[in-house]
Amino acid sequence: MAIRILRNFTKRMFSIFFKKKRQISLGFYGPPNAGKTSLANRICKDWTGEELGKVSSIAHETRKVQFREEVEIKYKERSLKFKLVDTPGIATKIDYEDFMKKKMKKKQAQKRAKEATQGIIEAIKWLDDMDAVVVVVDATENPYSQVNITIIGNLISRKIPVLVVANKIDLKKADVKKVEAAFPEYDVVGISAKSGKNMDEFYESMFKIARKV
Amino acid sequence: MVKKRAKSIRGLTLQFMPYTEIAKLDSTERIKKLLRIILDNKVIILQGRLKTEEETRLIEDTMIMIGNIKGFKGVELAVIAQDSENINLFQRFKFGLAKVLVGQQDAITIIGPASIVKEMRKDPKKLEIMMR
Repeated sequence: MAIRILRNFTKRMFSIFFKKKRQISLGFYGPPNAGKTSLANRICKDWTGEELGKVSSIAHETRKVQFREEVEIKYKERSLKFKLVDTPGIATKIDYEDFMKKKMKKKQAQKRAKEATQGIIEAIKWLDDMDAVVVVVDATENPYSQVNITIIGNLISRKIPVLVVANKIDLKKADVKKVEAAFPEYDVVGISAKSGKNMDEFYESMFKIARKV
Repeated sequence: MVKKRAKSIRGLTLQFMPYTEIAKLDSTERIKKLLRIILDNKVIILQGRLKTEEETRLIEDTMIMIGNIKGFKGVELAVIAQDSENINLFQRFKFGLAKVLVGQQDAITIIGPASIVKEMRKDPKKLEIMMR
């Protein structure tokens, strides 16, 4: 852990004193089905015209880390280049029988479960390479889940800037205030990655955390 | 790797673990100890909490075990800690110092196998544990 912090610190100092950072690695982390890929797709579509990954209502659709380099985002006459890193949803349990309830065959469900466990391990490993992280939570769900707390705790100890996104505000059940109450020390932005609602505020916050890198 | 089978459940056992039981163990040993108890289908009530990097390591090791131990579906985990928002600066310093010296003991961690614990629903002031 100490080595990691020292490495991040050195990386930051190097970029400050010797060169301007070419691009910022921005990770999308959070529990499964919170809308990480939908948000990454929305950003990629807005600025590159192409999507990043496939989305699905079945959990663990993203089972491998996927990224897009050199995504140039402009906001209020400023421009920054990002490497957008979409990660598999982090969970503490995976049961292939849950996939079978979604009409998946046993073998297919077992394969998906196995890939999902590997995806979670990969997502955790990628934390070391992030300059900043967007933690995406589902605003219709209870934000106090231990997975959210563990992810944010890890980012704090690695000194990585965090932005919390409360996604799915287009749904009636969404409660951004509850998400804000759960993470009072962080910037929380309520958005709908699906409809594009409030994306301006999101980009503003994205530039704010980029300044902390 | 030899595939093991998770033991079938006969009743619910809650195992209280004082922080002193893990205080002197390194991270690997701590996680091994906890996972060993979970594989015995027991729910652990741990005094204190793991370090954040240990919580992540617990998730990683759990994922590896899902693939290698038949019937093991993972864990449910919740931590109830003191609300740091409502304490003054002196108390914050006091708790911070205690955390550095003896680890975070002013919390309770509950970890159970997902085959027994269906869900842990945490609210700032209460914790509901749904069993299967």
